Amino acid sequence: MKAAAFDYVAPQTVAAALDALDAEGEARILAGGQSLAPLLNLRLATPKRLVDIGRIAALRRIEDRGDHHRIGAMVTHAAIEDGGMALADHGMLAHVAAGIAYRAVRNRGTIGGSLAHADPSGDWPSALMALDARAVAAGRAGEREIAIRDFLRGAFATALEPGEMLTAILLPKLSAAARWGYYKIVRKAGEFPEAIGAALFDSERRRARIVIGALGSAPLPLDNLAARAAEKGIEAVALDAVEAALREAAPDLDRIALRHHAVAARRAILEALAP
Amino acid sequence: MQAHGKPGTGIGARLRRKEDARFLAGKGNYVSDIAMPGLMDVAFLRSPVAHARIRAVTAPAGAEDRVFRAEDLGGVKPMQAQSGIPGYRASDYPILATGKVRFVGEALAMCLGRNRAEAEDLAGEVTLDLEELPPVVDMLAARRAGAPLVHEHWGDNLFLTTAVDGRIDEVARTAPVVVKREYRMARQCMSPLEGKGVLAYWDDRHGQLVVVTSTQVPHIIRTGLAECLGLEQRLIRVIAPDVGGGFGYKCVLQPEEVAVAWLAMKRRHPVRWIEDRREHLTAGANARQHHYLVTAYADRRGKLLGLDAEVSVDVGAYSVWPFTACLEAAQAGGNLPGPYVVPAYRCKTYSIATNKPPFCPYRGVARPGVCFAIELTIDAIARAVGREPAEVRAENLVPASAMPYNNITNKHYDSGDYPKSLRMAMEAIDFAGIRARQRRGEADGRRIGIGFSTYTEQSAHGTKVFASWGIPIVPGYEQATVRLTPDGGLEIRVGTQSIGQGLETTLAQVASEILTIDPARINVVHGDTALTPYSTGAYASRSMVMAGGAVSRSSTVLAGRIARIGAHLMQCRTEEVRLAEGRVFGPAGDVSLEEIAKVWYLRPDQLPEDVDLGGLEATVGYRPKVDTGAFSYATHAAVVAVDPETGVTQILDYVIVEDCGTLVNPMIVEGQAFGGAAQGIGTALYEESSYDEAGQPLASTLIDYLLPGTTEVPAMRMQHIETPSPYTEHGIKGVGEGGAIAPPAAIVNAINDALAPLGAELGETPATPRRVLAAILAASERQAAE
Repeated sequence: MKAAAFDYVAPQTVAAALDALDAEGEARILAGGQSLAPLLNLRLATPKRLVDIGRIAALRRIEDRGDHHRIGAMVTHAAIEDGGMALADHGMLAHVAAGIAYRAVRNRGTIGGSLAHADPSGDWPSALMALDARAVAAGRAGEREIAIRDFLRGAFATALEPGEMLTAILLPKLSAAARWGYYKIVRKAGEFPEAIGAALFDSERRRARIVIGALGSAPLPLDNLAARAAEKGIEAVALDAVEAALREAAPDLDRIALRHHAVAARRAILEALAP
Repeated sequence: MQAHGKPGTGIGARLRRKEDARFLAGKGNYVSDIAMPGLMDVAFLRSPVAHARIRAVTAPAGAEDRVFRAEDLGGVKPMQAQSGIPGYRASDYPILATGKVRFVGEALAMCLGRNRAEAEDLAGEVTLDLEELPPVVDMLAARRAGAPLVHEHWGDNLFLTTAVDGRIDEVARTAPVVVKREYRMARQCMSPLEGKGVLAYWDDRHGQLVVVTSTQVPHIIRTGLAECLGLEQRLIRVIAPDVGGGFGYKCVLQPEEVAVAWLAMKRRHPVRWIEDRREHLTAGANARQHHYLVTAYADRRGKLLGLDAEVSVDVGAYSVWPFTACLEAAQAGGNLPGPYVVPAYRCKTYSIATNKPPFCPYRGVARPGVCFAIELTIDAIARAVGREPAEVRAENLVPASAMPYNNITNKHYDSGDYPKSLRMAMEAIDFAGIRARQRRGEADGRRIGIGFSTYTEQSAHGTKVFASWGIPIVPGYEQATVRLTPDGGLEIRVGTQSIGQGLETTLAQVASEILTIDPARINVVHGDTALTPYSTGAYASRSMVMAGGAVSRSSTVLAGRIARIGAHLMQCRTEEVRLAEGRVFGPAGDVSLEEIAKVWYLRPDQLPEDVDLGGLEATVGYRPKVDTGAFSYATHAAVVAVDPETGVTQILDYVIVEDCGTLVNPMIVEGQAFGGAAQGIGTALYEESSYDEAGQPLASTLIDYLLPGTTEVPAMRMQHIETPSPYTEHGIKGVGEGGAIAPPAAIVNAINDALAPLGAELGETPATPRRVLAAILAASERQAAE
């Protein structure tokens, strides 16, 4: 199929992009295009206007802001995968980026585009939630920061208001003691996962996170389980315990999905906590 | 492992493929590469529902001349594939849905635009008034009384029911071991890299409708188009340009081909339709979906005493043309006994109509399903009698000493050593080493399994076999034309089609074997009804046997004429000359083919009076001595690692030991086997076109329809056995389909081998993590309950 007709604009600044979003008719932001372009071609998305933010240089930067890094929304998965910028994340983002789809997709796909698309099976929603990252939304009234947990409202749903755009992700720096784990169950390399488990333990910052992804809704944080794991170690999070915690938090999962997500979570925890 | 192959440029040489120069440089020329002035694009408006009565299809105001519905196609006949098998019900497969729609994706209207996007815009504006009917989606439900009817006037949903009754009751009463299993193979889409495409225009100079189409069977397409359009065949020319994979999807006439050809005649300007991936996945022909109930009877050592089976095939809404809706079940019933000695056999088959796209013969036709059923049964028998599956398999195979062997369904196995292929595969994959590794266990907690699968592949089944099915097109003699050009090069013309299987190289090798011309100086012309002898085309692993045989025969005739002219030029007797290195050698000197060609074409004054006036061009036909098929066979062996917590399966090693008779080009044979096996891996682990209860296809993009990629297809290893067929020219057997037959059985046998200690067993493809994990959880719950 071929996309339905649309207008195309490529603003040079965030302000111009916001103007283009505000104008008459439904507009969609084109970031890396790795999800939107197929939706356009299938005519599942038929926006009147496409606002290509690929020429806004400011959105491609990664900046050190003291206790966190500010990652521009248009930084590609490939740029994160290749490193070159110490993010004080013990390599978690690079690891996650390297597992997204295929290199051809990573060359064009962007962290901001992926997060704003909020595909439940996407990697960034789960990983960034585990890292306690924050989204920066720009609108007419200026910028606001939203915790990823609040930013992700459901499948393909975010806290962005009409006329707002995601411009950056704020990534807190981890302490030297921090440990992470990230595990996906995939049917084949590069495909959307059956289940995602993300775990982060930073004893110095008193932070413990376990996030379950690929649920068909927004990623699910299991804070109590994370606290127990941080306090009592691996023994406290046997597969049965993880499965029980997950069953309580997500009672609609069928037997197989429950096991898959529990195994993914447990393997992420083991990666993080294994000696 | 040393590469298998002979020196030189003839039969047996590992020659690089001539056609790859253009393919690897991106210079292949496919239907969608063709640009023509005035060319317009077609988009089909397809049914959004699985089953409905059509009340109205209405074009938007002002666009009535660019929207074409069934009622606008006056005089165009539906495709109807008859069969001679008693009781068979032919369906009328309309070019555009007529009266009812019978599957999601069935074409309701053809919309014309300056480009595809514009044509799709127009399709979006056509309004449909459909009265929805309850669909029948599940084939077993479709067999039950009271199921919704796809074709009301049939009274049920059965294209055909067949039965082989081999007096099994006595065996059933006395057999000490009885194994009952249910197997399922999922519905699949064939997914060639190049989808279907057709471009048509009216050629005023020749007074012909020219249909350029991505097909395996250009001559058959001409016959089919003529029938549907009511045209004389001389008024139609069918051209197949480069074809990016066929696999059976392109060996049938498709309604879009008829519709676009009709439109070109009506509009008198070029029009085309290029299938996109979504159309392929949702509306293109389907394949593979079988259901089996198998009861096997064996002695206490696992020796088969009898086989009782019920096979159901989900054929979809209509029969494809010309291969009918019963080809699959006919093949299934006939091939289920496989390479084994089966003393008693009973089999009932059902070809069932459902509200899904029509079923098409896909590489291996029915045999991946029957191989899956029989090979899993062999392993299940071995487990039931507590023996090693490979040993039970070996003891049940037809032994080499029994060749040629007529099996219980009257298949005539011409030659070979089936148990040897199994032994070689066991050695190549280090069977003993894998068993030892299993005893040690894996550090990562995964379970290792090893599985085998042995099959026979009836290739080039000829006139008798097809005539017994009574289908509209029965293949007979195959012809090839060879022509020495005035400068000593060679042109070969064949009516069969290269669809990526290397025929432009292998047919040149056959000619080179006889005429000693370097294949670099040989052109193989194919893919055009105006330029080639008639052939039913490329399917059923027949091209190398049939066209190869025809090229051989015509080259031999040409060689005789060359020898006579050469002898005359050297003033010696014809019996004294021989062909070698592109020259004719006599007792005292030699003359090149260039010189001989030059004399025939340009200096006939130097020829004797009694020269053969047929000249340096010959068309000769061929059919094997026995044309019930040359049986290739192989054993595939797989080692897998299964993660028992997730059900994820990884293939660790894969070995193929194959005997396809005389190897024309071992490298191409290996490529065919590896490519086929890659598709078989797709069947085994990934590919599934499922439908919901309303008949909506759930895998409409490649996000949902998983194909194996480079990371899922292991580096396979292959060994050859070379037992020439006693019945075919040069002893060649067909090999194109075989690779796709065995992998589902070998891989799922390996998974079951890995899971056996857990008491879990799988009988369904694809073996997704979900299915494997479900089998493991079910087994552990069963054990907990005991």
